[in-house]
Formats: sequence, structure tokens, C-alpha cells
Amino acid sequence: MTLPDLAPLWLTLRLGLVVMVALLVLAMPLAWWLAHTKCRLKPLFEAITALPLVLPPTVLGFYLLIAFSPRAPFGGAFLRLTGETLTFSFTGLVLASMVYSLPFAVQPLQAAFEALGRAPLEAAACLRARPIDRFFTVALPLSLRGLLTAMVLSFAHTLGEFGVVLMVGGNIPGKTKVISIAIYEQVETIKLAEAHGASALMLVVSFVLLLAVYSVNRRFPQAGGA
Amino acid sequence: MLRLDVGLARPGFSLSVTHDIASSGVTAIFGPSGAGKSTLLRLIAGLERDAKGRIQFGDDIWQGPGRFTPPEARGVGYVFQDARLFQHLTVAGNLRFADQRARGLPGPGWDEAVEMLDLGPLLERRVPGLSGGERQRVAIGRALLSRPRLMLLDEPLAALDAARKADILPYLERLRALHALPILYVSHDLAELARLAEQVVVLVAGKVAATGPLAAVLADPALAGVLGARGAGAVLDVKLVRHHAADGLSEVAHPAGPLFVPLMAAPPGGMLRMRLAAEDVMLARTRPEAISALNILPATVTALVDAPDGVAVGLRIGPDAAQARITHRSARLLQLEPGAKIFAILKSVAIARTDVANDTKLDRSPAP
Repeated sequence: MTLPDLAPLWLTLRLGLVVMVALLVLAMPLAWWLAHTKCRLKPLFEAITALPLVLPPTVLGFYLLIAFSPRAPFGGAFLRLTGETLTFSFTGLVLASMVYSLPFAVQPLQAAFEALGRAPLEAAACLRARPIDRFFTVALPLSLRGLLTAMVLSFAHTLGEFGVVLMVGGNIPGKTKVISIAIYEQVETIKLAEAHGASALMLVVSFVLLLAVYSVNRRFPQAGGA
Repeated sequence: MLRLDVGLARPGFSLSVTHDIASSGVTAIFGPSGAGKSTLLRLIAGLERDAKGRIQFGDDIWQGPGRFTPPEARGVGYVFQDARLFQHLTVAGNLRFADQRARGLPGPGWDEAVEMLDLGPLLERRVPGLSGGERQRVAIGRALLSRPRLMLLDEPLAALDAARKADILPYLERLRALHALPILYVSHDLAELARLAEQVVVLVAGKVAATGPLAAVLADPALAGVLGARGAGAVLDVKLVRHHAADGLSEVAHPAGPLFVPLMAAPPGGMLRMRLAAEDVMLARTRPEAISALNILPATVTALVDAPDGVAVGLRIGPDAAQARITHRSARLLQLEPGAKIFAILKSVAIARTDVANDTKLDRSPAP
């Protein structure tokens, strides 16, 4: 077993962190809306949100590749705005991973917000707290478990991503060559020692991460008013 | 003045209330469960967005055509039946939540609220460890510290056992003593109301069935069906005259005659409020002799109304309205009719309150 090339690991961790933060910003309002809306179209939006759970990553990656193409409306608009293409770039990888990991951020948050119910929010409203104030000082602190689960799952799920990255990002060292791609390449080229090293590293990182989360999670209060 | 002209329709339930509520003292909202009492409070607080109609408090229109003031801008202090303290904060954190958002508004300060509800020893405690009674005290303190213009109490004692209720009632009496703060108090316990309220709104099936001063509403025979034989009755304000320690009795003066109640600790001279349930009043055509009951007062029959469990007899005892519940057979045998002079034998009287002197005197006008 030789010392693994660490560049793919750093790239993977960076991707995971960026996607996690971006997804939280997107998923919090979305999950809040899904938890509270009485809109008849709610099942439609829930189904769309859950789609990445069931679609084969190659299918998802294929459609994203088409959408990201400079000749497609979305990819073309992005190119004109930023001068950068989405295909085979880190930004494209971030966007693709956000789609891929969306349900892992939305569903725990939505479940936590639903478990919270209206009671504590009504109490806060009668204590002169405005909606944004209520969200950050009451809803979010009472949904910490869901928030933490959403953060870890979206991070971890992005770390383990393979198919979508392969379709959208390719295999450019330092730009899109994440660890799962690197391991695949090492196995393909029969560099089994390196593959062993990188795989063991992933195993340890993932396990330590999950262990840390489940230990911390026990200390947070379960949602619900009293 | 709180002016209500509101309606709310839900599957299997509708609420329609047009009523003005005085903006001082304690107004009780009484009625059987499912009558819409809590819903009415929620509507006033702005927690039911689909309510129709108009709500005006003082000069502010909280709800009207094309306008809806959200709860956070109404300034109501809501004490929920289940307290609804924030689990993620300590007791002090819960109080601070209210205090910080009501800076500069007129109302009780931190120290005043903490002292009034004896919250000092609880401040550092966490919410999950509090007892039911402690939770309600914190909830009342938290609502007070939001410096409300109107307090809404939704059966704050309903989840407590009798002993805990007795613990909390004195705090509610202190709350009532904040004269600038009008209170709406939802309850289905008349003993509680007799102790706290001056005015009553009786709600039945989403509509106002009766309204008026507590004593008049309780004694109104027409409401016998709603109030029940335990609930209907009289509220008498009397003066404590002297103690007969050897007999274990205290003597109070009522304009119609002296009454004897179980020995009390209060010094003579104070005013008391007594509650007299309709089922505890017997009637006699002539003053009974050689009878164990101590309290017999002359009375005049004012009305006879059919009640589910007999006849509700409206009475006038001195200046007070009262009520007796008797069987149809007794009513026939006694040949009762409005104006008849009879004697009321009071089997038992309960002391509802011992601090009436500090309070506004009961309005004795009859119920509408």
C-alpha cells in the first residue's frame, strides 16, 4: 500500500462542503414551504424533489449534461453570464451534485419542520416575533436534529457520488477528478495498491464523520412544544 | 373595548360572535367543550387567518375588510392550555424571548413579573423538568413580559389536578389586580370563574347564549340547561361578622339574614364572595322548624323554567338573584309561581373568594 495521491480527496471534501452549504440555503426554504403549504400541487413538488433518489445517476447525469451544454439554453446563458462552461468544470460539478443530493437535504428538514407543528410558532407570534425571527429563533433551534441530519447526509452523499460526476465532470485532475473517479481509474489501470489506499481513506473519513454526527445528535432535543 | 363581529366555518363547526367586551377586569368565556371558546380566543389573537368579519380593539382595527393585523403586531398575551414553552430555552430564556421583543412598551418589568409569579427559583431550570403548575406560571410570566394590551388565558388550569389548581389561583388573582390589563379567561369550571371573573360570556355551539355580570348569568334560570345544576346558582357578596370557634362556624351577614359557614381564618370585617349551587338549595313554603340546616333565608320566586333535570326556580334573596333546582313533583306540590314567598334552605355554601373588598363590586343588574 503506497501513500495515496491526496488531490482527489481534497477536491472531494471541497465539493462536499460547497454543496452542503449551497444546499442548505436552497433546502431550508423549500422544506419549510413543503412542510406548511396547503397547495394542491405539493405532491408534484415532493415527487420532483425525491426524483434523484430513484433515478440512476447516469440518467440524471445524462440530462444534466444536455442542460449544461453551451448550446442548451441553461448552459448557454451561464456561459454568457460568467464566461465559463458548466460541463467539465467544478461549478458544473457543484450544480450537478446539488441536484443529486437535494432529497437528502430536503427530506430530513421537511420531516423536522412537520414534527415541530404550529404550536411553538404560534406562541412565538403572540410574543411579538415576526416570521423570519420565529424561523431562526424558534423553528430552527427546535429542528437541530433534522438540520444536522440534512447537513451530514448531503455532504456524505456528495462524497460518494460517482455516476453523475462521470457524466458531467469527466476526469480532469484538480478540477473534476474526485476520489471515487480516481479509485475507479486506479482499478481500471490495475494500480490496486493505490486503490486500496484511497478506498481505506474514504472508509475511515466516512465512518468518523457519521460516528461524530450520531454522537452529537443524541444531545439535541427532539422537536415539539411543551 | 374589544368589538367582535366575527365568523368562522369549519367542517361540522361554525362560530359566529357579535359582541363587545369591556376593556377592563376579567371577562370569562364559559361554555361546554366544543362550544368554540378556544377558537374565539385564537381568532382574537389573529391565529385563524380564514376567519371572517371584524375585530376592533380600542382604536385599532385588527381585522376588517381587506385588512388583517398579524398576531405579532396585536399585542396579545396568550397563555395556552399546554403552556407551549420553548423547549430549547431555559425558563429565563423563555422570559427573555418575550422581554427582548417588547422593550420600551408600557407594562410590567422583569423584576415585577418574576416576583409576582415567584419565578426566581425557576429561572435557571430547563423546561422539560418543570411541573405542570410551574409551566403555567412561566407561561403567564412570559405572556406578561411581552407587555400585552390584552391577556388571553385559555383554560390555563385545565391540565392540572385540584391541588395544583389551588396553587395557581392566587397567581391569577395577582394578575387580575393589574387593573390596566383586560383579561379574557376561557374556562368550563364555574368555581374558577366565580373566583376570578366579573363578566361572563356564555358560548354554546359557536354562538353567544348569554352575557352579563357573573352573578346575574349564574342565577338566570333560562340558562339552567347550559350551566347544569352544579354550575347554576348564586354568587353572594357578604360581610364576615364574627367567628363562633366552639361551633366551628363563622357568621356572615347577608341583607336577608345571617348565614353560617365553616370556620374561616380571615379576620371579621372583610367581604367574602360565596357561591351557592342550585342543587344545594331546598325550598319550603313555611319556615322549617327543628331542622339541621343552619342557613334558611326568606326568598321570592321570580321565574320557573323547565330544565333537563327538573325545574329551575329563579329566586330573589334580599338583593341577590339565586336559583334552586327541584323536581316537577315538588314544584307542583309547593304550588310555586312567580311572586310566591317561600324559604330557601341552603344545604351548603362555598367560599369563592376572600378579597372582594379590594375589587369592583358586582353589578347586580339582571341578565338580559
